[in-house]
Amino acid sequence: MSDPGQREISLVVNREPKKLRAYPMERLLDVLRIQLGLTGVKEGCGEGECGSCSVLIDGVLVNSCLVPILQADGANIITIEGLTEGPQLHPLQQAFLDCGGAQCGICTPGIIMAARYLSSKKPQPTLDDIREGLSGNLCRCTGYAQICEAVSAAAVREDTGRESER
Amino acid sequence: MNTDHIVGVSVPRKEGRDKVTGRALYIDDITLPGMLYGATVRSSIPRGKIRKISFGTGIAWDEFVIVSAKDIPGQNCVALIADDQPCLADGVVNHPEEPILLLAHPSQHILPKAVAAIEIEYDPMPALFTIEESEGHTEIIWGKDNTFKSYLIEKGDVDAVWAQADYIVEGEYTTGAQEQLYIENNGVIAVLDVERGITVSGSVQCPYYVHKALMKLCSLPEHKVRVVQTETGGAFGGKEDYPSMIAGHAALLAMKSGKPVKIVYDRMEDMVATTKRHPSRTRHRTAVTREGKLLGGDIEFVVDGGAYATLSSVVLSRGTIHAGGPYYWPSIRIRAKAVATNAPPNGAFRGFGAPQSLFAMERHMDRIAEMVGISPVEIRRRNLLKSGQTTTTEQVIHEPIDLDQLLERGLALSDYRAKKERFQTGNASATRKKGIGIATFLHGAGFTGSGERYLASVVGVEGCADGRVRVLVSSTEFGQGTKTVLCQIAAEELGLPYETVEIAQPDTEQVPNSGPTVASRTVMVVGKLVQSAAHGIRQTLTNAGFLREGYSKEEFSEACTRYIAERGEFKSWARYEPPPGIFWDDEKYRGEAYAAYAWAVYIAEVTVDLTTFSVAVDDFVALQEVGRVLNPVLARGQITGGVAQGIGYALFEKVVWQQGRMLNGQMTNYIMPTSADLPSIRVYFEELGNVHGAFGAKGIGELPMDGPAPAVVNAIKDALGVRFDSIPVLPEDIFQALAADSAAENNSPAPQGAR
Amino acid sequence: MRADPADYELVAPGSLSAVVSLLAQQPNQWLPIAGGTDVMVQYASGKLAPRKLVSLWNLPELRRIEVADNEVIIGACCTYTDLLGHEIVMREFPLLASAARWTGGIANQNRGTLGGNIVNASPAADSLPALLVYEAELILVSARGERRIPYIDFHTGYKQTLLAPAELIRAICLARRFAGYVSYSRKVGARNAQAISKVCIAALGRVVDGVVEDVRLGTGSVAPTPVRLRETERALRGKRIDAALVSHARRTAIGEIRPIDDIRSTAAYRAAVVGNLVVEFLHLLHDRGQSG
Repeated sequence: MSDPGQREISLVVNREPKKLRAYPMERLLDVLRIQLGLTGVKEGCGEGECGSCSVLIDGVLVNSCLVPILQADGANIITIEGLTEGPQLHPLQQAFLDCGGAQCGICTPGIIMAARYLSSKKPQPTLDDIREGLSGNLCRCTGYAQICEAVSAAAVREDTGRESER
Repeated sequence: MNTDHIVGVSVPRKEGRDKVTGRALYIDDITLPGMLYGATVRSSIPRGKIRKISFGTGIAWDEFVIVSAKDIPGQNCVALIADDQPCLADGVVNHPEEPILLLAHPSQHILPKAVAAIEIEYDPMPALFTIEESEGHTEIIWGKDNTFKSYLIEKGDVDAVWAQADYIVEGEYTTGAQEQLYIENNGVIAVLDVERGITVSGSVQCPYYVHKALMKLCSLPEHKVRVVQTETGGAFGGKEDYPSMIAGHAALLAMKSGKPVKIVYDRMEDMVATTKRHPSRTRHRTAVTREGKLLGGDIEFVVDGGAYATLSSVVLSRGTIHAGGPYYWPSIRIRAKAVATNAPPNGAFRGFGAPQSLFAMERHMDRIAEMVGISPVEIRRRNLLKSGQTTTTEQVIHEPIDLDQLLERGLALSDYRAKKERFQTGNASATRKKGIGIATFLHGAGFTGSGERYLASVVGVEGCADGRVRVLVSSTEFGQGTKTVLCQIAAEELGLPYETVEIAQPDTEQVPNSGPTVASRTVMVVGKLVQSAAHGIRQTLTNAGFLREGYSKEEFSEACTRYIAERGEFKSWARYEPPPGIFWDDEKYRGEAYAAYAWAVYIAEVTVDLTTFSVAVDDFVALQEVGRVLNPVLARGQITGGVAQGIGYALFEKVVWQQGRMLNGQMTNYIMPTSADLPSIRVYFEELGNVHGAFGAKGIGELPMDGPAPAVVNAIKDALGVRFDSIPVLPEDIFQALAADSAAENNSPAPQGAR
Repeated sequence: MRADPADYELVAPGSLSAVVSLLAQQPNQWLPIAGGTDVMVQYASGKLAPRKLVSLWNLPELRRIEVADNEVIIGACCTYTDLLGHEIVMREFPLLASAARWTGGIANQNRGTLGGNIVNASPAADSLPALLVYEAELILVSARGERRIPYIDFHTGYKQTLLAPAELIRAICLARRFAGYVSYSRKVGARNAQAISKVCIAALGRVVDGVVEDVRLGTGSVAPTPVRLRETERALRGKRIDAALVSHARRTAIGEIRPIDDIRSTAAYRAAVVGNLVVEFLHLLHDRGQSG
């Protein structure tokens, strides 16, 4: 039974159009997790500090715990589940596996999205670029060492991939 | 048969793919049909009697399930060691945030309003908030004298050394509380099945601890309680004992409502209400020769346990045994106690007492060096334990560890000597002063003394019909690599590819009790049992004539199929047996405290910016001897992660208290390091092997927590010439110390700092 | 998450004029929300008292940067990322650029807006000292029309501003006349990223023939509002920078601020650090003055 306080929201999530009803102040985080079942987006703090809820809205990295769903009406959202279109892993995901970038894994989806965004802005990031680009994502397990290495490794791989495509 | 080594190789993390794709399911990702959400009504005062509870207007209370202490079928306690902690307060509260009532409702959004609508009136009683207040005994808030536990270690004749000493060095060192800050908050789901009993799934380190606690709370027999660990987003000890509390709450609500109940904390509740690292105070009094050799010492080590005993006796134990550091003490007296205050009970956090007492020891060694007039390097070289010498508990160091050489290597890797000199010269007129500091330390792996015998861990390995092998342990994965390494061990032992070995999800209905996942024991102790059980699988098949030497993976598969067809389920068990000749006296706290020690040298290089008084760690060398590295990527990850937490402990992570309540319970104002706050952490391993550990491994999970804080604070001393004996050291503390120094010098109140 | 979304209303009329009308027709009922980096934190902690919100997010009239000959006009709902991506803002207003970089992590820079930072009026807000020294002007808009006021007057007390009921900030105007100035800014927080400032400073200065011709010092987190250190500026103008002047400036700066002890820091620390930052700026100004 829908409540008149709810609104119709249309958006594209991981390349699929979605229509749903939600209260306009529901957090994008909760709509993604609960209504759309995209539990790869995590809640670590609810205050925009830990970055576990990071997603891309129209290609821009945001903390989905701070976005009211009404402001995402008509937007194009990518979550960790939509990082790649098929079953193959994104170079970032593969690099996280190879370098030990994921330990407990709870920060991993958000930090991979942040790395994805960084790579769209800086395809060949320096270590300082990476540290700055990920400074909004808290990881308690790794001390960030192997995460930064994974992001570097993925950048090299993507660059190599681009080279070999020419 | 596969003769490639799997152990020692960085094989991919077993559950890694699920983690990087967001498919791994943590407890809050799970929803069950008809599920209710649970919330907790908590005390707003530190100590007092509950006079009245009122349920306010504006809430449809009949829609709620409400549970109080009266609803508890069994014993109102969170069973652990002393069983003194109520699951729900019954007429009396002893700390802020103590749970009093539980509510459940189908809508999670209504719960905060309901909690806010409950008014509780108290008759407050005087409360105690610090170690000193607790010792003062103006109030007795626990037992006869506010003391949960005490220990006394005595070696040699301490009273005789003072007369012989050329120097007597005293110091007092304090450490603050620290929040584990796992990124996934505590959470569980409890389901009641009238026939099968209660099942609780959730973010837990020790399913069998929860199992035991639920049996007692719910008055249910063993087979009617089931605990399942779901993917756990970090723990660090913070989910060792606390889950028994939250699981108990969810179980009570599930029992009363007949519906599944999920309780997941938000960040603020988790931070203010759950366990933290014990604050500590250590007092050293040391007799030293002219050459800087330790003659003997008296150490008083005190930890603040909060309102209930929980794990304080064990934290105290480990802190006490480590209090003397990696040094040879001809004589020593260590008097230790855990005291009660009216704060939420403290619990396990990586290191478990050792980071506290080792901070004191390593700061004190530098102080001794200064008094004697030798360098921090020399004071250590002259006192580091040698093979054949005894520890403070009179455990003989049998292994051929050469700590002198380890120290030398650490110094070389960090370029310590050249840097120290360069910094001294450069600092004279600088606004950014550099320093370099050392910590040498040890960490015992496994349960103390007779602990492993008491645990009597059991491990199973199962051969499946399709040739896959399953490891059956209650040891949990929460990032440190449990699943991966235990599978590596089984695969190596059986000569099978890593991919053929799996590990069952810890479920008390499916796996035996291999002990809690704590104390850096999983690879070393449980891993060795996995190795035995795997060996048992091969042995059984060989003895049955189903398997020949040098078998292939396919032949192994056929052998299993055949065995199962003929004899049914195929499981091999291994039970912990204490190694022969291990001696431990629980009364005198003397003997072989741990089966193995890992050894380490950590060196921190810092810059102190006198404009802002903040400290940056520019370089960090973490060198440790760990027996054997079973998975290089995972091992390195443990060290870098632990060092990051240790740097946080030293420089950033302060719990701000007001009347026993944590004021800064948000990630915005409880400060943990971001990627922009940490240097490259350079990690090096040495491997001496370990007869008591799987493939020679020692435990390393907690080791990296012990060294960073003293190394950093020693480096600050090197940079500024100012001593800090309390952590965390915040810029405000550095400013204050420099201002005090400056005022003493100039008799002027104006703080200088810059040129 | 301690709020019930069902208790709240949020509308997005889609144009500035529609928002302004709504605010006029239903006064004191609608709280504007832009990127949400402040409002949503209050909301999630159960502390957002207003129940009706109107979205300013991405309104084209508010999210553009116009460059005229004499000034740059920044729409109030430009995000920090928008500022960091604008060549002229980066080049001519480096203090604002550095503030944008300090504010939160990348994700929060992508949503946080300059107008939101101003209206939220936290004394610790990162961008406000820069606006003070650039002597920004605000264009305010309501159903009554527009008015333009000096930003320096905007904050009247702790979290109190001159914003009238039903009024919004439309744009922030920065005069393009600081090319010849030495600029210096520094934020001091509990860590290098994602930190609320304990102290921050934005400073501009110009030295001609060894004499301080103009100097502006803006500080945050040391008073109930962001403030210009007027007395210190007065003490410096027209003087040559030497050790005595630097000492005097330090003392004057410490004397004119009103820092407090709070959960993040102490008054004594803040005072000392402000003094140090002023000194650091003056040394920079002196060195540049020599070579310039």
